[in-house]
Amino acid sequence: MDDTVLLSVLALGGIAIVSAIVLYLVSRKFAIAEDVKIVEIDALLPQANCGGCGKAGCHDFAQACAFVDEKGFAGLYCPVGGQQVMDQIAALRGFAKVEKKPTAAVLRCNGTCQNAPLKVSYDHITSCRIAARISSGQTGCPTGCLRLGDCIKVCKFGALSMNKETGIPIIDHNKCTSCGACVRMCPRGLFEIRPKTENGEMLYVACRNTQKGAIARKNCKAACIACQKCTKVNAEVKVENNLSYIPDTVSAEEFGKALREACPTGAIIYTKEEKNND
Amino acid sequence: MTKIKTFPLGGIHPNKYKITTDSPITFAGLPETVYIPVKQHIGAPAKILVKPGDKVKVGTLLADADGIVSADVHSSVSGEVLKVEAIEGEFGYVEDMITIKVEGNEFEPSIDRSLDIDREIPYTDEEIIAKIREAGIVGMGGAGYPTPVKTSIPEGKKVDTLILNGIECEPFLTADDRLMVEKGEQIVIGAKILNKILGIQNAIIAIDENKPKAIEVLSKITKTYVGVNVQVCATKYPQGGEKQLITAITGREVPSGKLPADAGCLVQNVGTVFAIYEAVMKNKPLFERVVTVSGDACSHPANYLVRIGTPASYLLEKAGGITPQTAQVVFGGPMMGTSAFNINAPITKITSGLLLLSDKISAKHHEEDCIRCGKCAEACPMGLQPFLIGRLMRANQIDEVKNCHVLDCIECGCCAYICPAHIPLLDYCKLAKIELKKKK
Amino acid sequence: MLKISTAPHMQTNQDTKSLMRDVVIALLPAALVGVLFFGINALLVILTSVAACAGFEYLFNRYCFHKENTVTDFSAIVTGLLLAYNLPSSIPLWMVLVGAFMAVVVGKLCYGGLGKNIFNPALVGRVFLFISFPVQMTSWPKPEFLKFLDMDAQTGATTLGILKHIDGQTSATYINAKLPSYFDMFIGNIGGCIGEVSALALLLGLAYMLWRRVITWHIPFYYIGTVFAITGLMWLITGDVRYDPLTHILSGGLMLGAIFMATDYTTSPMSKKGQILFAVCCGILTVIIRLYSAYPEGVSFAILIMNAFVPLIDKYMQPRVYGQRR
Repeated sequence: MDDTVLLSVLALGGIAIVSAIVLYLVSRKFAIAEDVKIVEIDALLPQANCGGCGKAGCHDFAQACAFVDEKGFAGLYCPVGGQQVMDQIAALRGFAKVEKKPTAAVLRCNGTCQNAPLKVSYDHITSCRIAARISSGQTGCPTGCLRLGDCIKVCKFGALSMNKETGIPIIDHNKCTSCGACVRMCPRGLFEIRPKTENGEMLYVACRNTQKGAIARKNCKAACIACQKCTKVNAEVKVENNLSYIPDTVSAEEFGKALREACPTGAIIYTKEEKNND
Repeated sequence: MTKIKTFPLGGIHPNKYKITTDSPITFAGLPETVYIPVKQHIGAPAKILVKPGDKVKVGTLLADADGIVSADVHSSVSGEVLKVEAIEGEFGYVEDMITIKVEGNEFEPSIDRSLDIDREIPYTDEEIIAKIREAGIVGMGGAGYPTPVKTSIPEGKKVDTLILNGIECEPFLTADDRLMVEKGEQIVIGAKILNKILGIQNAIIAIDENKPKAIEVLSKITKTYVGVNVQVCATKYPQGGEKQLITAITGREVPSGKLPADAGCLVQNVGTVFAIYEAVMKNKPLFERVVTVSGDACSHPANYLVRIGTPASYLLEKAGGITPQTAQVVFGGPMMGTSAFNINAPITKITSGLLLLSDKISAKHHEEDCIRCGKCAEACPMGLQPFLIGRLMRANQIDEVKNCHVLDCIECGCCAYICPAHIPLLDYCKLAKIELKKKK
Repeated sequence: MLKISTAPHMQTNQDTKSLMRDVVIALLPAALVGVLFFGINALLVILTSVAACAGFEYLFNRYCFHKENTVTDFSAIVTGLLLAYNLPSSIPLWMVLVGAFMAVVVGKLCYGGLGKNIFNPALVGRVFLFISFPVQMTSWPKPEFLKFLDMDAQTGATTLGILKHIDGQTSATYINAKLPSYFDMFIGNIGGCIGEVSALALLLGLAYMLWRRVITWHIPFYYIGTVFAITGLMWLITGDVRYDPLTHILSGGLMLGAIFMATDYTTSPMSKKGQILFAVCCGILTVIIRLYSAYPEGVSFAILIMNAFVPLIDKYMQPRVYGQRR
């Protein structure tokens, strides 16, 4: 009896030891030597692997940060970790801190159910990218939101959600990390990363329709009709191709309210006003 | 009769609904205005040559091919050019179109309008190719690839078989069927013309089993012509797919990502070949085509000879209008066609059918979970595994999809047709293609 | 308002529900034969099993997994029927309930429901019962035609059980007296599980499923064919009645397994090549278990073992893509 116990212990123990040695040797043989800097930077990163930095993932970004010079470092930014993480990386590399202004994504379409009524109905179409291929969408606007929510599925931070009443997505600018996943996903290219004011407000033209005013209005009440009224408020606002665009340099705090009021169709959105209305 | 041939991989047998098989081709008449798009083909849009106010006749050149992969566009009516601007097309996207107000029915004098059949081919190869180019002919089966580009075989490749595609495997459509029955001899002469420029004596007209009349007519005619033969194929979808047809007829496979010429074949739709005959022998540019107006919600289905640019709504009106049970208007066949967003959009060179479908046929069902039945893989004529592509795309795993050969997908829709769980597998395949192209 | 949808604008009218309904219809002849030979007990087992499977699926989907009600797709009913067909008619009904729980809840719903389970649910239930209650699971009532209520409590052995006990010393007369005739095996007048006894009824079901294009012929053909070929070869070489190929394909659960359980969509490979490999391996394993293990019958184990290999088969036995270099 004693022999059995002893034998089992010896056999199992022997197998364990042999396996351990094999595992150790294998792990040594196939180990990939990695720069300590990469490991350290990688540990600081949020590990969302969103690709918002333009790299394939957090590890790739860490690698870029580890080998870049000070000048190139200014071009790198982790939108998820934000300023704090970038400062830590800068300290690690011994570089000076680089200031980035806060940004968020906006949806450049205001084709809500109220503004842009349906012309046809979708029959079980599941993706915006497919819908864009087979038609100009339910509303007929060839540049408008398709309302199927591919962007919502791709957002890793829960910043996007579908507004049941308007039919178009709403963006929580506090949750948005400017990772740009929605920008790359939207087949209409309706998302844009724009600067936020200190209070978190945004100012933008919620339309991308380049058709002539009359045609654009036929599909959507909130379309930009290139009436030029916004250019009179601030000369930096440009109207090209029947479409107005507000550059980042236009101060939202200063001109936001005036621009919003100047737009006859409601294509210019300044989020501060809307909050007050709620 | 020789053996009935078919392709070995996959395929499905949908309900045929060929309700207009016995309806002769009738002229649809002239609408009040026509809208002629300058891009009715794959490639660059043609350069517009006319301006508002110009008087045009039937056959007048309106827009000139821009580059090699492009095609001329001719007027299909006589009258006055009203507008040259972007108008909403069938998808709701705007396209450049030439609007012409119809006045009378005057033809360009160079067009031979006699009904006699010219059997002798007095032209050289260069003249023939020039005539095809000037006539603005594109593949009329649906893809719209400019024919001159297709017929000029790249250096170093040898085509030994010309296949005339008279399969028309899409349900409802009968345009090619009627054309073969009524214009059989012209099609055979067209095949001889193509034989001549290819320097071969081996044209095969492929017709599927469910067109006994066309088989009879063409078998009789081809007896008197050397180098043109009829081959009967099994009735199976997508027998009319270019790659499937080549495999069925010759047993060869077109290598992935290559052209039919790499398998020594050239495939032309019978409608295109008829247009080639008319262009070469009658100097007639491509300004009209046969369109099947049909569908289960259509009250008077028929085959019409339609001038290019005729609004779809005009044709629908002729066929009894949009009935209350109509749920969708489809341009093309029910398997690969597209739902029309705008029914005022014009008929183009590639519109082979106009279908009014009721919910009974076209309504999509609620998507359920995959039960792994494998029917999609069994039905795929390219040997792909649509269930796998669908599963990966649902999980957004684009890197994995790369290994599924999804770029070989011919978008025939067999997988989505057969799926008992109603998973939109074709949509997932298209999505995979979009995403893979984005990555490149 | 016109509708917009993606191509194709037509779809078959064959959906999950109609497929499963067709399987249920194909299974009915076997139920009839089972009740004719094993009486009211068989009917009770079948009804209990179907009701329990459907009930468990409904209750667990509703209160435990919080999913839609999936009973209407008939798959639980198929599982219930198959489970009952794999049980002897004398089994206590509470064991049927235990088996149904294992089949539907553990074998299917825990994996995520229809289409996601690795093992055939009915076989999971059956094998669980087989291992837990070997006595009740292997006492086979004698078939008595049209004697519904007053069945004798007499039990006998299955054909394969008889074969298992034959050895070199057994006399030929004893064998002939014990073994049922081929005709009895074909129509189902033999001892065994409720649904497996009648090859005729199961073949009728196969014909119906082939006609309705529910399954293709590959798996049943290659499975039964493999068993027939191997046993036939051994029979030709040795002349031993234990290897009689006709007895092997007509008795035991081979027909039921090959036609209804190895062909289960979810737990069989997707490609034709893979299905053939799967079926052949099932056949080989069945023969090995029948001839060389302690158990007289091996269909359930063979299918379950091969079920585990399905993901691997799917990965390595992919169909040839058109136009790829051979």
